Amino acid sequence: MSHKVIIPIGPYHPLQEEPEFFRLYVEGEKVVDIDIVIGYAHRGIEELSEHKHFDQVTFLVERICGICSTSHPFAFCLAVEDLAKIEVPERALYIRTIIAEMERIHSHLLWLGLAGHFIGYNTVWMWAWKYREPILDMFEMITGNRNHYAMMKIGGVRRDIKDEDIPVLKKALDDLVPAVDMFKGAVMDDPVIQARLKGIGILTKQQAIDWAVVGPTARASGINIDVRRDDPYGAYDRVSWNVIVEKEGDIFAKTVVRILELYESIGIIRQCLNKMPKGEIDANVKDIPAGEGIGRVEAPRGECFHYVRSDGTNQPIRHKIRAPSYMNVASNKVAAVGQTISDTTITLAAVDPCYCCTERVVVLDKATDKKIMNGWDLIKLSQEKTEKLKKVIADKSEVIG
Amino acid sequence: MSIKEQIREKLGNKIINWHEHSARRIYFSLKPKDLKEVAKILFKELGLRFATATGIDTPAGIEILYHFSFDRSGEIYSLHVLIEDKKHPEIDSLTTLFPAAEWIEREMWELLGVNFIGHPNLKHLLLIDDWPEGKYPLRHEHES
Amino acid sequence: MNLKLKALTKSIWVFHAACSPCNNCDIEILDLLTPRYDVERFGMLLVGSVRHADALLVTGVPNYKTKERLKKLYEQAPKPCVVVAVGNCACSRIMFRDSYNSPCAVDEVVPVDVYIPGCPPKPEAMISGVVKLINKLQGKK
Repeated sequence: MSHKVIIPIGPYHPLQEEPEFFRLYVEGEKVVDIDIVIGYAHRGIEELSEHKHFDQVTFLVERICGICSTSHPFAFCLAVEDLAKIEVPERALYIRTIIAEMERIHSHLLWLGLAGHFIGYNTVWMWAWKYREPILDMFEMITGNRNHYAMMKIGGVRRDIKDEDIPVLKKALDDLVPAVDMFKGAVMDDPVIQARLKGIGILTKQQAIDWAVVGPTARASGINIDVRRDDPYGAYDRVSWNVIVEKEGDIFAKTVVRILELYESIGIIRQCLNKMPKGEIDANVKDIPAGEGIGRVEAPRGECFHYVRSDGTNQPIRHKIRAPSYMNVASNKVAAVGQTISDTTITLAAVDPCYCCTERVVVLDKATDKKIMNGWDLIKLSQEKTEKLKKVIADKSEVIG
Repeated sequence: MSIKEQIREKLGNKIINWHEHSARRIYFSLKPKDLKEVAKILFKELGLRFATATGIDTPAGIEILYHFSFDRSGEIYSLHVLIEDKKHPEIDSLTTLFPAAEWIEREMWELLGVNFIGHPNLKHLLLIDDWPEGKYPLRHEHES
Repeated sequence: MNLKLKALTKSIWVFHAACSPCNNCDIEILDLLTPRYDVERFGMLLVGSVRHADALLVTGVPNYKTKERLKKLYEQAPKPCVVVAVGNCACSRIMFRDSYNSPCAVDEVVPVDVYIPGCPPKPEAMISGVVKLINKLQGKK
C-alpha cells in the first residue's frame, strides 16, 4: 500500500521565545526528564461558577474545552441531579447518549487526524477530518451549531430530535462505517505505522494506576474502566456495547482503542435511535435544595468529574471540575521519559490533550540547559522517522521478494 | 464482602459520620491526622482509584474532599477532612503514596492556601509564578 | 512587499496565535485547511513562523500567562501586521471578563483590525471576515 505523504511547512506550530507547555530535557537523543507547565487555558471557571445561576453554569462549562463540549455540561447536570435526586425523563436519557456518542466520534476522528499529521501521514489527517464533517453537519441539524451544542440542561435536554432527522442521522452513520473500516485497515495493518507506534510511549499498567489515568489512555494499558459501564448514566445500561481494552500501553494500543471505540459509538447511537421512546425531554426543575452531588461521564478522553455543593440558593457555592486530561497529561512524566526525541511528539499527543497544548514544546540539553529545538522541529523529526522506516521496510520487502 | 463492608471494617472508628447519599455516592469524615493512613488503605490495599480532591473555603475552616472511585461497583467514596486553622492550614501530602495527587495538591495550595506537608514539588501549577502571595482566588474573603 | 501588494497577489500569510481558548475556534481554523473549505483559494496561507506573518489570527481570552505570549508574538511579527480576533472570547471575553485570571481583552494587548464573532464562528464566517479584510487591503469596498 503506497502512501502519498506531504511534509507540511507546519502552519500551526508557533514557537519562538514563548512560555512552554512541555520542557523536555535530553541527553543526546534520549529524553531524560520532562517538566510540564500548564495554566495556559486557566480561566478561573470554578470561581466563575459560584457567581452564576445553575442554568448559566451549563453554558459556562461547555467552554472549558471545545472538543469535549458536551461532556462537561453533562457531568455538571448529573452532579446537580445527583444532589437534588432529580429523575430525568426517559427520552432525554437517550438524546443525551446520542449527543455524547456523536461527540466521541468527532473527537476520536479529530485525534486520528492530528496523530496522522504528527507521524507524517497527512492523507490520514485529511481523510479523518473529511469524515468528521458530516458528524458536525448532524450536530448542526439537531442542535443548531457545529460545536457548543447547548443540549444539556438540568433535568433533561434543551431540544428534541425530530422524527424526520432520524433517517438522516442513520444514513450519516451508515456512510461513516466504510470510512472507519478504511482507517482500521490503513492504521492497524500498515507495517510502517506498526513500526512507528508499537513499543513507543509505553505507560505500564502499574504506572497507569499510580497516576490514576482515565479513558483510552487507561484502557490501552489494560485497565478495564469506563464510566458508561461502571457508573451508568444516560441510556448506556439500556443498550449493548463493549468496553475496548488493550494491554500493551503503547501508542499503537491507544490508537487501536480509539478506532474500535468508533464502531461501538456508531452501534450505541443506532440502538438509541431505534429504542428511544416518545415523551417528555425535560423534568422542569425549579429549585435546587441544599446538599452536594457528584456527576461523571466518560468523555472521549476519559472520566470527566464534577462535584457541586449547594446551599439552597440559585447559585452553587462550590463547583469542582476535573477534566480527564488533568490526570492523563500528568502521566507523560513517566511515559515520555526514556523516549527518543523523534518519538516525543506522538507520545505527548497520545493522551489526546487539548490541541493548543501540543504546540508548545521545547527541548533542552540536560547538561547545559540550552534550548536545542522546538515543537515544530520535533514534529518534523517525527515525520522524518516515519520516512526512514518506510525505506527500511520497503527495502526489506524487496529482499524478501 | 462488598467493598463497602471492607472499607468500614478496615477503617473502623477512624470513620466519622458515614452518610450514604445514594447507592453509589458515599461520604464520610476523618480527622486530618488519619488521612494518610486511610488513603493508603483505600489505594494500596483495596485498589480504589483516586479521582480528584475538592478544596472548599467554609466559615468553619478549609474542607477537603478526597474522591476515590471503586470502578467495579461504580461507587465514589468521598473522604471529608476539615482543617480548622484557616491562618496556616496544612495537611499531609498524598503525593508520595500516589503521584496522581501531585497536581491537585499544587492547585489547592495556590488557589486556597493549604500547605501539603511532604509534597515534593509544591510550586505554582495554574497561576503565574509571581502571583501575589496571600491572594487565594477560591477563598471567600468577604465572608466573616 | 507591502500588505496591499501581498493582498493583490493573493498571498496573505496568516499566523494562528492562541491565548487561552477552549480550542473550538482553533479547530475550526484548522478546518479551513481541509478540502471542504480549502482556504488557500481565497489567498490565505497559514504559516508556522510569526516572523513571516502578515496577519495574526487571535483566539481565546488572554490570561496572565498568555497575555505576555500574545504581546511577544505581535512584537515579533514584521509590521505592518493585521490582527484578526476570531471568536467571541477574542472579541470581547464574554463570560470570562470577571475571571480572576483574565486581566484584559485582546484589543487591550494588541490593536485589532478585524473582529469575527461567533462561538465558534463557522468556517464560512471566518472566510467571510478574511475576504473582507483582503478586499479592504486591496483597496476595494
